[in-house]
Amino acid sequence: MMRTRRLWNHAVLTACYAAAGIVVLPLVLIVGHLLGKGAAGLSLEFFTHMPKPVGELGGGMANAIVGTLIIVGIAGAVAIPIGVAAGVYLAEYGRGKFAALVRYTTDVLSGIPSIVVGVAAYGLVVVPMGRFSALAGSVALAILMLPTIIRSTEEMVRLVPRSYREAALALGAPRWKTVQQVVLPAARAGIVTASMLAVARAAGETAPLLFTALGNRFWSLSLDEPMATLPVFIYDYARAPYDDWNAQAWTGALVLVLLVTIISALLRLTVRRVRTG
Amino acid sequence: MTPERSVGTAGAMSGLRPRPAFRVDDVYRGLLMAAAGVVFLIVFLIAFESFMGARLSMKTIGWSFLWSGEWDPVADHYGALPYVIGTLSTSFLALLLAVPLGVGSAVYLAELASRRLGAVVSFVMELLAAIPSIVFGIWGFFVLAPVLRTTVEPWLIEHFGFIPLFSGAPFGIGILNAGIILAIMIVPTIVSISREVLLATPKSLREASLALGATQAESIGVALDAAKPGILGAAILALGRALGETMAVTMVIGNTNRIPTSLLDPGATMASVIANEFTEATSPIYLSALIQIALVLFLVTIVMNGLARLLVYWVTGGRSDTAGAA
Repeated sequence: MMRTRRLWNHAVLTACYAAAGIVVLPLVLIVGHLLGKGAAGLSLEFFTHMPKPVGELGGGMANAIVGTLIIVGIAGAVAIPIGVAAGVYLAEYGRGKFAALVRYTTDVLSGIPSIVVGVAAYGLVVVPMGRFSALAGSVALAILMLPTIIRSTEEMVRLVPRSYREAALALGAPRWKTVQQVVLPAARAGIVTASMLAVARAAGETAPLLFTALGNRFWSLSLDEPMATLPVFIYDYARAPYDDWNAQAWTGALVLVLLVTIISALLRLTVRRVRTG
Repeated sequence: MTPERSVGTAGAMSGLRPRPAFRVDDVYRGLLMAAAGVVFLIVFLIAFESFMGARLSMKTIGWSFLWSGEWDPVADHYGALPYVIGTLSTSFLALLLAVPLGVGSAVYLAELASRRLGAVVSFVMELLAAIPSIVFGIWGFFVLAPVLRTTVEPWLIEHFGFIPLFSGAPFGIGILNAGIILAIMIVPTIVSISREVLLATPKSLREASLALGATQAESIGVALDAAKPGILGAAILALGRALGETMAVTMVIGNTNRIPTSLLDPGATMASVIANEFTEATSPIYLSALIQIALVLFLVTIVMNGLARLLVYWVTGGRSDTAGAA
């Protein structure tokens, strides 16, 4: 009896160790293949040149990289102020039913598929404007960023010690001033990193851009026209029947992952320092 | 800074006259509250746009398109059944793979791991969650598909080919590939939430069972039992993510409009057909039918997320931050 229990104990614990190992494995493989297949194409040209026509080797994704930065930048500029304000509301005033509902809705919003957000942005922006545009892409990405910014801002603001607020209020500062000039500066580092994390995530989104920003083989900086983005470029190049395009898709994917994960990883470390420090 | 200063002195003076300062406070609070209210506006707008876009299709085709088996835009016939089946089969296959592995890893992280190794595994989970969907897609297409085509699928056909689920030709791309890719993508959600839920269960449960002579595995079982609703929530949340996942699936599923009958068959999902055909939709009814599929996805994920969050809140008391994990 005891022996079977001991055996069972070992089996279960081993299975848990094995599960953790198996779960880590795909990341190792994916990162390995990304480096193996993508690193060869990394060159200055990739960042500074335009895509070449079919059949010509070389070229880069300069327009797509700039396009991603513009579209994501605008989305962040819209989503971060709203998200931070909402997060501060939840942390500082969020005790009632309204706040609970906001919290719940935010969580639910974060679960809506990005393709559905893309369809909504199509109806909201593309249809009234009459054409695909970078702006429509920014709207879709801003919606996708918002939930993460709100909930992480709330978390960061909550980390500010109560005594800060009490001290400010005791000095006669009104509530708004306490929040604006004492609590927010104290939470600033955390809020900045958390917001950038949301922005980095959104930078990797493809589905909501397919029928909003669409894509563009040419150089374009106008917001009311289709604009190239890195994820959509990778998608198009990966599906193309040309080996050199596929290779460029891998390089594009590597650049995208570097953009997203290195930022996330660095931010993660900074956040940890902010938390413990 | 300057405008705040000037308002600030007014606020300081108002120590004598409390009223005006009170008003600034109200305005400030109101502004923040309005920002928080934007969330409702967004959810409303998404719902509104999908309903308006799908109106034409809802009127002419109705809801029967969900169980009608033919999708033929040329003949103006729109039945979404192949995509419904594609979505359900890939998602459940993903859950089948990801839930045991994810819960096992969560147990490892919450109960067994040394601090350092545990930190490494959580870090890897966070990185996995941060990798863009399109990257999983090209990995599945260029790396996983050849392996499945040359090794795994021929083996499955040879040994289990008599089961209809494993019959057919080894394409490499199809339901099986999509299910595996989805499993990799949803594992971080399951791990991070299950771990939080496990950590939220009282330590006394474990101590009591150990004191009664339970082995470590048995005491973990007791903790798992207490964490069950939360883990169920994590699984539903992951299912919601799998249902709506688009790019990775689009790249590895093969994109056909036929109903898949075997795991090795190519197919398409509700999300992938939208991604594939939206910009090619030439007639208003075609576009509307695609938006109606989006509407179904929206409603299904809203309901499932609502349910899952309630389950997770129930166990953790609302302390878990699942917005970032999902």
